[in-house]
Amino acid sequence: MAERSFAKEVQQLRIGAGEEFRGEGILAVTKALLECGVGYVAGYQGAPISHLMDVLSDAEDILGELGVHFEQSGSEAVAGATLAASVHYPIRGAVTFKSPVGTNVASDALANLSSGGVTGGALIIIGEDYGEGASIMQERTHAFAMKSQLWLLDPRPNLESIVKAVRDGFELSEVSNTPVMLEMRIRACHVHGRFMAQDNVRPKMSLAEALENPKRDLNRIVLPPASFLHEKEKVESRWPNAVTFIKERGLNEFFGGDGKVGIVLQGGMYNGVMRALQRLGLADIRGHTDIPLYVLNVTYPLVDDQFLDFARDKDAVLVVEEGQPNHIEQAFGAMLHKAGLETKLFGKDPFPVAGEYTGPVMLDAIRGFLLENAPAVLSDSDRAPNRPQMELPDLSKTVPPRPPGFCVGCPERPIFAGMKLVQEELGEHHVAADIGCHLFSIMPPFNIGASTMGYGLGPASASAFNVKAKKRSISVMGDGGFWHNGLSTGITNAVFNKHDGVILVVDNYYSAATGGQDIPSSRANNKSRSTAHPITEAVKGVGAKWVRQIDRTYDVTKVRDTFREALTTNEKGPKVIVASSECMLNRQRREKPQMAKAISGGERVVKPKFGVDEDVCTGDHACMRLSGCPSLSVKELDDPLRDDPIAAIDQNCVGCGNCGEVADAAVLCPSFYRADVVHNPTRWDRRIAKFRQGVMSWLQKRRDARRLVFAAEGA
Amino acid sequence: MDAIAPKTFDQVPDRDRTIKLAILAVGGQGGGVITSWIVDLAERNGWYAQSTSVPGVAQRTGATVYYVEMVPEGESTPVLGMMPSPGDVDVVMAAELMEAGRAIQRGFVSPDRTTLIFSTDRTMAVAEKIVPGDGIADSVPVMEAAREVAKEVHAARLELLATQSGSVISSSLFGALAGSGALPFPRETFEQTIEASGRGVKASLKAFAAGFDAVRGTAGVQEATRASEAPDIAAPAPAGPAVAGPEKMRQAWDTLLQRIEREFPAEAQMMARAGLKKVVDFQDVRYGKEYLDRLAAMLRIDEAAGGAERDHDFTVAAAKYIANAMAYDDVIRVADLKTRGSRIERVGADVRVTSEQVLQITEFMHPRLEEMCGMLPASFGRRILANEGLSKRLDRFINKGRRVRTDTIRGFLTLYAIGSLRGYRRRTLRHEMEVAHLEKWLALASETVAEDYGLGVEVLRARRLIKGYSDTHVRGESKFDRVLSAVPLLKGRDDSATWLNRLIEASLKDEKGDMLDGALKTIRTL
Repeated sequence: MAERSFAKEVQQLRIGAGEEFRGEGILAVTKALLECGVGYVAGYQGAPISHLMDVLSDAEDILGELGVHFEQSGSEAVAGATLAASVHYPIRGAVTFKSPVGTNVASDALANLSSGGVTGGALIIIGEDYGEGASIMQERTHAFAMKSQLWLLDPRPNLESIVKAVRDGFELSEVSNTPVMLEMRIRACHVHGRFMAQDNVRPKMSLAEALENPKRDLNRIVLPPASFLHEKEKVESRWPNAVTFIKERGLNEFFGGDGKVGIVLQGGMYNGVMRALQRLGLADIRGHTDIPLYVLNVTYPLVDDQFLDFARDKDAVLVVEEGQPNHIEQAFGAMLHKAGLETKLFGKDPFPVAGEYTGPVMLDAIRGFLLENAPAVLSDSDRAPNRPQMELPDLSKTVPPRPPGFCVGCPERPIFAGMKLVQEELGEHHVAADIGCHLFSIMPPFNIGASTMGYGLGPASASAFNVKAKKRSISVMGDGGFWHNGLSTGITNAVFNKHDGVILVVDNYYSAATGGQDIPSSRANNKSRSTAHPITEAVKGVGAKWVRQIDRTYDVTKVRDTFREALTTNEKGPKVIVASSECMLNRQRREKPQMAKAISGGERVVKPKFGVDEDVCTGDHACMRLSGCPSLSVKELDDPLRDDPIAAIDQNCVGCGNCGEVADAAVLCPSFYRADVVHNPTRWDRRIAKFRQGVMSWLQKRRDARRLVFAAEGA
Repeated sequence: MDAIAPKTFDQVPDRDRTIKLAILAVGGQGGGVITSWIVDLAERNGWYAQSTSVPGVAQRTGATVYYVEMVPEGESTPVLGMMPSPGDVDVVMAAELMEAGRAIQRGFVSPDRTTLIFSTDRTMAVAEKIVPGDGIADSVPVMEAAREVAKEVHAARLELLATQSGSVISSSLFGALAGSGALPFPRETFEQTIEASGRGVKASLKAFAAGFDAVRGTAGVQEATRASEAPDIAAPAPAGPAVAGPEKMRQAWDTLLQRIEREFPAEAQMMARAGLKKVVDFQDVRYGKEYLDRLAAMLRIDEAAGGAERDHDFTVAAAKYIANAMAYDDVIRVADLKTRGSRIERVGADVRVTSEQVLQITEFMHPRLEEMCGMLPASFGRRILANEGLSKRLDRFINKGRRVRTDTIRGFLTLYAIGSLRGYRRRTLRHEMEVAHLEKWLALASETVAEDYGLGVEVLRARRLIKGYSDTHVRGESKFDRVLSAVPLLKGRDDSATWLNRLIEASLKDEKGDMLDGALKTIRTL
């Protein structure tokens, strides 16, 4: 069950021609796929296209009605290879994943697919994770398109353009026998907008028909001599066909008048460029401008004569190309040079070479370009701004950084608390971290983890440390990474190479960081997937001997002791610890409504919450250095005798138990208590509680009668 | 009806009225909900709206930005921005005070156009929590900056208002947006949006109204320095706290209070009363008398050192820290506190237990041999600790986590019995150790203050470092010792007190005292 449900939104996928669709970018993409008669869709979750997978999952009924097969791929490599169904058969297929990391994983399949070519339209929808909010290395997918010669669409970031790109993409793929990548930037994935829908179309050929009438063509298989033929085909027929289609169908767009300066831009940059022009008084909110714009909705391949025609009568052209290297600018430079044109080319100057093209970057660069090449179009104040920029108050020392971290009640927190404790005993160790929520361990308060080498590659990245030493390496991966590739690259490899390190598998029942999608070891009952395959079974199956299963990660003492054993045992080979507790975000989403219903239905429900005795807490914050839970915070007491704020637990506490367990395992303090509220208590509950209260209050009164009792604070 | 006249935004050359709105939130605060509400609201009023956000792990408790642009429907689809730009935002909303600060820092708030709406409640960042001392960020610079930079500020305790209404902050923040008049839409349409969302509508509307009222007519800033310093905390009564108990004890208590008034300078009286209450609550009235005797001795030393000219800083510090030292955190105190009626009431209030429900309380205790021996008669406890073999064997039985259900007779009685050992406390090993430590410290302070007044005061203040239990307590004591080791080195310097204070502050910056060691190194080279 995913973190966000689109059950309501997906109903819009049923609308037909003439109706208006309103919603998010990714939902629009799904609708467009259905309108294009797609035969199958697959993918692997990851921001910013996680929700696309969630939408597809929630839309399985609708997909089924149309005869569209949907598959939640085991990895991006699987997703890429899935497109093989479009090699021989005229079936349209689409896959999706995050990029460039997902494309890295899928690149083997994509390179093979691009070599042999496709018959049915093959669309790869990539979520380009670049700029603010990105969680990965800052690279471009563009180079992948270039090296494998598959086409790259980068539509303007509005729903009409995105939907059109899907429709064009399939056709382009088919006329040029080449897979096509459709690049969606982070914000475009979640942009709310609208477009006019068309009717959904059933696939021309179903997968069943293909299976029952198998085809093969030796020329499409990547093996010599066909592979040499493929390379020729790419440049002699597929590329020219693509260029012709792009030109004839007007995939790239021209806006503005015929000034002496022009701007060439990636489609995805359009709104940013227009906003800069609006602020310079050179465009209006409806998209009218006098500055000539050449919008590359297709960023690969480039159309030489289209660009040269645009540049020919201009003094200067600015290329707006985000990220680096500046492949497009370089290509344009070569074109101008070969054509012997004098047009000046600008790009990474005035634009900065690295970094996102944010509002201010865009404004400064375009203003700079115009100032140098067409100062007359600028207003006086833009030409020579004489109003000094207002000094911002310096809050850098006041506003604390707030990086992402573990949620309230996260089951991974106690695992790292246990690790921190064991390191306090046995010294610091080399910890190879991995991609997933568990990577938050690298930040305060845990400060655990030295590297990440790619999803599921945590244990693999400790491979070299397979030598005799006084300490063992510790490596981490999540259940998502485990099934993605970690079982083979991490566990199997360690068993095979007799690695002596410790491998932690953080099992939270989902691919949690990407939004809680099910994976093979999920405990959920998923009607369309086979789940509940224990990780320990898989690990043992590939030959690991020292395997420990922790069923409640909140047991910090057990976590710590298991780590201690793993780090000190004489047993050879990898020491695998599988620590399992359900992702709290998902658990709450599932249990909260159930609990509320049970309570209102009169059932007996026990609801836990933790608290801190404020007169017992001394304000040393040792507990927080082993937690970082958003719910466990500090508060000032109105007590002149106190200097430092004390610990306090707010109402968001879900009673996970970490506070109490940590206080116990680390022998911190007796300030923590768990208060269980019994809703709808039974008659027995009430009777015994009444009896107990009677005894206690008698004892309390007895004691209070013999000493001074002060009124409570603030009373 | 609260129809608000549309504002004109003539920054855009073609006079299209675009409203740009950024929402800064902490992941999990419902920024997505309010964003979708604002889109719905705009569309409901015949405007075109576009929203964007940055999803993914950034939303796991981290700072995140949502962005909405809206423009009246026109002849074609408008071309709108995908992210907020500094100097180009009309409305900035922040669900948390420091996030408002972040918005200002990022340049989203401009004096010529930006309405800034935010909650003055705080959600502490990890960096603020893990400091051993007081790491809470100062809210004042943010409030000042808000006043200075924004065209209009609407700030209120929106989180609190939401909680009081049984809802979440998105509702009260939405109400504050309506109340601010920053959007040209009537109030009913805001409410229709909430109604159409269909979940928790009643509570949401209540919180909405609270948020609306909170900012209505308050174009200024409601003062709030620290969220925890809520204005509803009453000032301590000057006459001393209300007290109940046997007549004789109350008379003795009154005598002690009178003694404070009679013997101590005005500056020290408030602290002495607070200290007295703490030690009497810890032990008994006689202990209170001991406290005042000790304090009186300190006052004499203070006077001799010329304390009258220095606001009796030494006595004030002594009043505070002697009380803290005398009311040390032993097992008896913890057991006593945990079994009080007032404490159980407080727990019940925190979890909002009703009379229809049953409350169960589990305590998390982990006593070690040291705590157990601390409770034994001094010589006996000392002998056990001196015998390593015996200690080890005993520790195995004692040193483990114990969950005590204080709502059951058995668990309650256990702690009640331990708490009742107050009468015998003076004979325990722990008491002996604490007294020895206290006297050594006071001797050092007294000796120092005679030569160097400021330094003597700081010696008293170093007591702040001793807190926590078990290992944390040991670490605190070690820091305390390390800080005081600098006293001989500092004596005679003009800036001696400043330096010792710097050492204390450095000790509170990190757990192990690395900064302290660095500072000590500097002192040795002075």
